Amino acid sequence: MSLFDYTLKEIQDKLHNKEITVSDLVAASYERIHAVDDQVKAFITLNEEAARAKASELDKQVDGASNPLFGIPLGVKDNMVTKGLRTTCASQILDNFNDPLYNATVVDKLEEENTVTIGKLNMDEFAMGSSNENSSYAATRNPWNTDYVPGGSSGGSAAAVAAREVFFSLGSDTGGSIRQPAAFCGVVGLKPTYGLVSRFGLVAFASSLDQIGPITKSVEDNAHLLQAIAGHDPMDSTSANIEVPDYSAALKQDVKGLRIAVPKEYLQEGVAPEVKEAVLQALKVYEDLGATWEEVSLPHSQYAVAAYYLLSSSEASANLARFDGVRYGVRSENATNMLDMFKLSRSEGFGDEVKRRIMLGTFALSSGYYDAYYKKAQKVRTLIKNDFEKVFEDYDVIVGPTTPTPAFKVGEKVDDPLTMYANDILTIPVNLAGVPGMSLPCGFSSDGLPIGLQIIGKHFDESTIYRTAYAFEQATDHHKKTPELGGAK
Amino acid sequence: MSEISKDQVKHVAHLARLAISEEEVEKMTKQLGDIISYAELLNDLDTDNVEPTTHVLDLKNVMRKDEPRKWIEKEDALKNAPDHKNGQFRVPSILE
Repeated sequence: MSLFDYTLKEIQDKLHNKEITVSDLVAASYERIHAVDDQVKAFITLNEEAARAKASELDKQVDGASNPLFGIPLGVKDNMVTKGLRTTCASQILDNFNDPLYNATVVDKLEEENTVTIGKLNMDEFAMGSSNENSSYAATRNPWNTDYVPGGSSGGSAAAVAAREVFFSLGSDTGGSIRQPAAFCGVVGLKPTYGLVSRFGLVAFASSLDQIGPITKSVEDNAHLLQAIAGHDPMDSTSANIEVPDYSAALKQDVKGLRIAVPKEYLQEGVAPEVKEAVLQALKVYEDLGATWEEVSLPHSQYAVAAYYLLSSSEASANLARFDGVRYGVRSENATNMLDMFKLSRSEGFGDEVKRRIMLGTFALSSGYYDAYYKKAQKVRTLIKNDFEKVFEDYDVIVGPTTPTPAFKVGEKVDDPLTMYANDILTIPVNLAGVPGMSLPCGFSSDGLPIGLQIIGKHFDESTIYRTAYAFEQATDHHKKTPELGGAK
Repeated sequence: MSEISKDQVKHVAHLARLAISEEEVEKMTKQLGDIISYAELLNDLDTDNVEPTTHVLDLKNVMRKDEPRKWIEKEDALKNAPDHKNGQFRVPSILE
């Protein structure tokens, strides 16, 4: 058994009873990474020296510490800037970005809680992808079966938690990039309501959709990690100025009277039979716990993927204009004038998927096409948002699968962008509507790959998601299975 | 309507400041064409009376006083730059 199989609460008890030290936790992290990461490839950059030094410091402070995250090994997706620690977005254009000048707000907040940053996690380049195959360093593998992808774009964040390389991690989710890899890797991932968690220091992909969120092994741990990172930040003008509730208070193991909506579009053709079966089994569990569920419709679901790719790529084309070889990042050595320097630096530094999306976005925003594509997609976004609002008039949560299928094989979809995009069909509408959504384990396929249950809540109602998820988790054993990678410890 | 020509692809690449080889033009013309054809799906919907959504939350401009404050030192701001001189970013010549 790994130290990381315990809950946060158990770890804190062990620290305070002097059964273990923070240094033990950090050593367990690196020991595991050195043993299995050549298979999993979850990390781009390790922070080993600084992390071990911090652990020694924290070991002197254990007695005075009372917060649940004290001394816990954390992995950070490599699109959140970390002061003095290389931040690449898994892109060659930031390969030499070794010395970022400040921390993302979420990183600062966790530093204050005295977590220990173990390293920076692999991802699809600039968070564009659903398999981690778009990393310019290495394709992260699924710890349950390394022939399969871990999902993406936060594939490293989900795989590192599943493989027990870190205790928990941060991911980001623009169209499913936390929930889809959480589903594929059998862990708990939450995309919070847009605006709940500061995006300051998150390298922007699509600013109206991006959210940072926690990836953990259990629902309870997830609530603790969200608690630490949520809240208003004056450095992010889209950060919501709301009072953050106590999420742990929602973990009551009681869903009596909860009204669950199940969109028929989420169980249609295209959803694998064993995924559908696992979701229906989960609904049975909720019935037994005293909740009720009914079929509803989110009638514009089929338009979400198209709207999303137009909107997110348009925003990306503007956001990624900053990578120009002037202030940071890699500059092409083959240019003799300014224009060529821009063009060659970007062409040499960006991978194919990033270029494709910049091109799509530039096209959709260009003169003569703006109304037909970009504005049209914004209007469809309104219809999708209205679908959710209508359902939430009568229901507390929406439940369905996170993904149409379990993890697919490495290389299976890499040559066909549209097939790859379709993989996000059940997660994308949530980002377009700005509502929160979680994936948690609800079963396994016949091939032994995890299946994720998606729970979607109202704006800023993460508490009801936690309540719903916790009740299911406590009533089932799916989350107790661990991958056997590299010989189970 | 959904077709995109090679010339358009080259023009868009220029706007996006991407150098693009002939081979990439071929590939990108097909792939972008496919994606844009797929996006035509949105035209099934009548959106004449629908307001566009830019942001899901009611956002207001956030203003602060325009006062200097301590933030990043000049030396620090330059330290990740590919090239700098005399406290400024240096780039290749702009005029030939």
